[in-house]
Amino acid sequence: MSILSHGVARTGYETKGYFRSPDSVFFTFLFPMLMLGIFAAAFSSRGDIGLGPGSSDHVSVAGYYLPGMLAAGILLSGVQNLAVDIAGEKGDGTLKRLGGTPLSPISYFLGKLGRVFVTGILQAALLLAVANLAFGVSLPRAWSAWGTFAWVFVLGTVTSALLGIALSALPRSSRSATAVVVPIVLVLQFISGVYLQFSMLPAWMQNLASVFPLKWIAQGMRSVFLPDGFKVLEQNGTWDLGWVAVWLVVWLVVGLVISRLTFRWIRQDA
Amino acid sequence: MLEAMRANPSDLAVRVRGLRKVYGDLNAVDGIDLDIARGETFALLGPNGAGKSTTVEILEGYRHRTGGEVSVLGVDPAHARLDWKARLGIVLQSTGESGQYTVREQLSHFARFYPNPRKVGEVIAAVGLERQANTRIGKLSGGQQRRVDVALAIVGRPELLFLDEPTTGFDPEARHEFWGLIEELKSEGTTILLTTHYLDEAARLGDRGGVIVGGRLIAVGRIDELGGAEARIPLVRWYDEAGVRREERTERPAERVVELARQLGEPRELEVIRPSLEDVYLGLVHAAGSPSPAPESAKEEEPA
Repeated sequence: MSILSHGVARTGYETKGYFRSPDSVFFTFLFPMLMLGIFAAAFSSRGDIGLGPGSSDHVSVAGYYLPGMLAAGILLSGVQNLAVDIAGEKGDGTLKRLGGTPLSPISYFLGKLGRVFVTGILQAALLLAVANLAFGVSLPRAWSAWGTFAWVFVLGTVTSALLGIALSALPRSSRSATAVVVPIVLVLQFISGVYLQFSMLPAWMQNLASVFPLKWIAQGMRSVFLPDGFKVLEQNGTWDLGWVAVWLVVWLVVGLVISRLTFRWIRQDA
Repeated sequence: MLEAMRANPSDLAVRVRGLRKVYGDLNAVDGIDLDIARGETFALLGPNGAGKSTTVEILEGYRHRTGGEVSVLGVDPAHARLDWKARLGIVLQSTGESGQYTVREQLSHFARFYPNPRKVGEVIAAVGLERQANTRIGKLSGGQQRRVDVALAIVGRPELLFLDEPTTGFDPEARHEFWGLIEELKSEGTTILLTTHYLDEAARLGDRGGVIVGGRLIAVGRIDELGGAEARIPLVRWYDEAGVRREERTERPAERVVELARQLGEPRELEVIRPSLEDVYLGLVHAAGSPSPAPESAKEEEPA
């Protein structure tokens, strides 16, 4: 029981620390909002994005980019923020200090996961509010759409957080953490339909992106926020929500196993 | 006290027999035996890379040993669980960066991990940070941050406190204040294992001490008896008529000086030296032929 209650205490502590670190707030919390604003401002003069003649489905530029930014937010809050954060805590002795206390590693990770959820939910709420109020994006009314949003968000967040924990083992020092993690996350965002329209990408790039989780989070989010007719632009002409779930669960397990195998309070010796 | 310890091993906070730690082909710790009684303050001395940190980190449960027996508070650290960690307090060499929390927030948070913590307000007062209680740790001076480290280590009411070079980088006044704090903990019965480079610190705080060189414990005993009585025989030093420096160890330095005065008149640069702990320590380290410490210290620094 104390593992759980310590995890809750860690969540509060971690969240407080997160919002007191200006760079994490900017690069992982506000970044997707900034990008949404830039895309909306840059491309809105071209008018709405539609499916071409013969179809009445169309969506504003901000509306089109909203699902991608939600997906990017999940990835940034989970993978980028946690990988850099934990590598830093390994480097500056924070982990070593915690390792000398009776805190369970499980509580430590529950705290990280809890923080990612708290910040992720706030981030998503803020993104939806900005999209709706500032850019006039209409949000879905159907409960079923919000149900899909909820499970894609939860599954995507847990998977991202575990992959961030797993990735934190990769940087050899806290100083190299940003240099190792940011390019991976950035490339994924470009090939997975966050910044570039996924349907415009060449097939090989779509196939490559399909191996990684971000493409599936983004696809799940598009199914929630784009008109249903837009599914013809997806690889198989459907939203493929079953595959979204399967791929996210696969990556969740991968992240869990790697985290379990690689995590140490201190860098181990021979 | 030592006799009593041998009679009843449960009075030992730390018991180490034949401890070894090998990194590749380097014997970082090469057969150490060590007993620390409950309530005792033991000072571990030794040059950089001698194996101090490795030894202490094995006792703290951070590192696995290659061989030997270790019991800390009756438990083998290699198989210890969280409830064992709740009985320890550890002040590490380097401070973790938790600069975005205030002193009180940080302490309240850490206090939660322990079954029977001290009151946060009392701990803050004990380390003399009442006025900084609501200041973020990142804004404190180095000495004040070190006090936070100690506060975090004692908030769980530890039976055994590890202090790894706690006053490195302190100014003299801060060091004296810090010693006062540790003496209070001693008087409350806390067992303390102190590693330090400062011999005055070891002499002030330690009941007993040991010197590690090249992974071996080359001397153990009461601090004022380390190195044996012989190492403390006073030294008379002077320059003879030919300008050659001479020195002699003697139990009766005054007599020797009178004799010299009769022979040479006023000898040039005459000194009578009572070996300080530092002289004794340096003598021990040199006699042990302190091996080249560079590769080991690199090994020790890297994982920490």
